[in-house]
This record gives sequence, structure tokens and C-alpha cells, in this order.
Amino acid sequence: MRNVFLFIRRYFNFLFFLVLQIVALSFLFRYNRFHEAAFLSVATEVTGRLNQKYNNVEYYFQLKKTNDSLAKDNVRLHQLLKENFEAPDSARKFITDTVKIDSVKKVQKYVYMEAKVVSSSTSSQANYITIHRGSAQQVRPNMGVAGSQGIVGTVVNVSQNYAIVMSLLHRQYKVVVKMKNSNDRGTIEWDGSSPLYVTLKDIPKSVKVSKGDTVLTSQTSSLFPANIMVGTVYEIVDDKSSNFYTLKIRPSTNFFNLEYVYVIDNTQYDEQKRLEDSTRKKIQ
Amino acid sequence: MSVLMKNIIRFILFILVQVFVLFKIPPLHRFITPYLYYLYILWLPFNMPRLSLTSVGFLFGLCLDYFTETPGLHAAACTLIAYVRPFVINLLISKEGADKSYASPSIRSMGWAPYATYVLVLTVLHHIYLVFLEWMSFGSFMYFIGKIIATTGISLLLILVTELLFFRNEKFRTNTA
Repeated sequence: MRNVFLFIRRYFNFLFFLVLQIVALSFLFRYNRFHEAAFLSVATEVTGRLNQKYNNVEYYFQLKKTNDSLAKDNVRLHQLLKENFEAPDSARKFITDTVKIDSVKKVQKYVYMEAKVVSSSTSSQANYITIHRGSAQQVRPNMGVAGSQGIVGTVVNVSQNYAIVMSLLHRQYKVVVKMKNSNDRGTIEWDGSSPLYVTLKDIPKSVKVSKGDTVLTSQTSSLFPANIMVGTVYEIVDDKSSNFYTLKIRPSTNFFNLEYVYVIDNTQYDEQKRLEDSTRKKIQ
Repeated sequence: MSVLMKNIIRFILFILVQVFVLFKIPPLHRFITPYLYYLYILWLPFNMPRLSLTSVGFLFGLCLDYFTETPGLHAAACTLIAYVRPFVINLLISKEGADKSYASPSIRSMGWAPYATYVLVLTVLHHIYLVFLEWMSFGSFMYFIGKIIATTGISLLLILVTELLFFRNEKFRTNTA
């Protein structure tokens, strides 16, 4: 027993170092799996506030860009107005109204909420975005996030006034998408090498794919409504050993100058999830 | 200003500079991440007990981690260099009792060559561990090596600039004063 104490006293520094290493590594690996760590929600609140102070300054330098992107967004929305889709004044040809306006009262399934980006990263392997909207403003984990140009990521952690979004540029991020032409579904991932490209897998080789094809969100992802822009095919990587394509996709969102994003609330997410989980339990 | 106060201010400044200046720079290349923050650990006084040195390293890294949302990543690397630091200093001190007569490691107290070696060894150690943790589940080995080399290069450049801009005039301490 005495020797044990002597040993501990002799190597106390080394043991202390080992303990700290183990604490740090357990933070690291637990966080990646469960999106939780000690004091994280308190720390998010503090770092969020600091980030916001910084963003207040930086915001002025970005005003022009923000204005441009908002104007573009406006134009896009104007083009969707019902008035733009008029049938021409001849009996030969009719253009059907492509905008669906609910005449029968339906439940709104997806609710959009705008949020300001106060911090974002693109340089690491695990990129997150902090937005200034939290649980007090109806943000919950597992909500999809999209920008004006395309999808951005998913909310993974929420404090009272801030939320952390796991960006598309995160090695553990996965989302189900579809090809616009064929409606075939695949999974988007990021291999961690370049923030300009992501990878699309699981599209069978029987489908015809060419460069520049559009990739949209699929309604089966349950985080995003269908047909939100994801990106375009940049390169088709030829893999002879597989029956599936590996496609290099250029995301339509510019992650370097995000200013505002939309948090998308699927109002029936919980119900769907509960049903699926209970089914899984029954089968087991 | 007392040594403690000075180090507390440095602590905050290094974190802020790293988070709001260096991490905000648009990436030059996918290999390059400009790291400077760990210079704080290299600048800590000689006479700190090893126990508190290690814990300061851990705390410092953890603070940065809460900004980058990677709890434990920088903390692990900082703890490692804070722990190894005394060994490296012991090996490199050439002047008799430089660690007694000067307050903290610098060009003036250790001399050019030993100080450069000291910075180089700890920088490489820090980056190897950091990149290793970051790329644990990643395949490409060339990527690992490339990132270490590029990041070390840019870090050494930043440290050189910092040392030239903020020259720390270490006073020679004697028993009489």
C-alpha cells in the first residue's frame, strides 16, 4: 500500500497529465457522437454573445453583399407570384398555373423562421454555424436549415438564445437528396477535403447522370421540404468496382459569406419519428 | 503589472486573436490553418510548478474549444505541450542557470538557437497531435503529413512576426535587486 502511494507521489505529474488527456479525449469523442459535452450549453450562451458582438461590427462590412443576396432572393420570389403565370390571350395554348395556392385548407407542414448567422467556420473538419435564435424562439434540435441559395445543415444543439447548426461541411453530416431529372435518391456526405465540394453516393449506375445536373432535397429526408436546391453535379468519378455512382457535387450555398439562414420546422417531425421508432421496437 | 495579471490579459488576448482574427481569415489552402494561440503556453514563466502548468494548458485549450465547438481537441494538444515543455527547456538551456535569472523563455533569456529549437519542437508536437486527432477517422496519409507541414510553416512564420513585433525585454534578475 505504501508503495502505491509512493508511486503516485513520484509520478503525480505524469498521472495528472494522463487524467487531463483522458478528460479531453472523452469530451472530444463523446461530443462527436452525442452532441453533448460538459457545460456546453452554458458555454454556447457565452461564446454566442461574444460572437454576436464581433458580428455586429463585421455586419457593416457585409451590408452590400447581404443586400445583393436579399435582392436576388426577392426577385426569385417575385417570379413565383401568381400574377406572373398568366395564360396568353389565345385559345390555342394554355399554361397551367404552376404555383399551388391552397384552396382547400391544409395543414402547413413546414414553417420557416429566419435567423442571423453570428459565427461560422469552413476551415476545420467539423464545421458548425452559430445562429442567433434559440429554444426561446422555437428552435429545437433536428431542424433543417437552409440559406437563400440552398440547404445549409441541421440544428444539433440549442441554448436559450443561440443554436448550433451542423453544416453540410461536417464529416458526420448526411442528408437524403434526389436527382432532379430522375427522382433517384442518394445520400450527400462530405469527405473533409475541400469546402467547395461534397459527395453524393448511392445513385445506381442505371440512371443517366451528366455534368451540371441539379440535385434537390427529397421529401424522405423529413428535415427539409422537397425540392430545395442542394447543388449541381460537378464531376462523375468513375468507379468500376461499384454499381453506384460517386458524384462530386458543388453545393449551391456559399458557406463563406452566410449572413441569414432559414430554420425549417417540420411540425409533424415528432409524430413521424415516434411512429417510426415504435415500429422499429415492435419488429425487434 | 504583476506577472499573474500580465498572463491573465495574455490569456484573453491570445484566445480573442485566434478566434476573431486568425480563424476568420478565409482559408488560403485546405492544408493551412493559422495557429498562434499556443504561443501563450510557450511564454509562461519558468518558475511555474509543473502541475499548474499542465492545468493552465488544459484550461486554455478548453476555452478555445468552446469557441470552435470541438470540446477537447485543442485542450488535449495544449495539455501535451504544457506537460512536455519543462523537459524541452531542461534539455535546451545552455547558459548556466538561465531559468533562474530570467522570468520566462524568450530569445533574450535562452539565446536565438535554443529558443528557435524550443519553439520548433513544441510547435511540431502540438500540430502532430492536433492533426492526428482531427484526422483519426480519415484515410489519406499524405493529407496528414501535408497538413502538419503546411500548418507548422505558417505557425512558425506567425510566431516570428509576433516575436519581432512584441519584443519582450526580459530583465536579468539578480539576488541583490
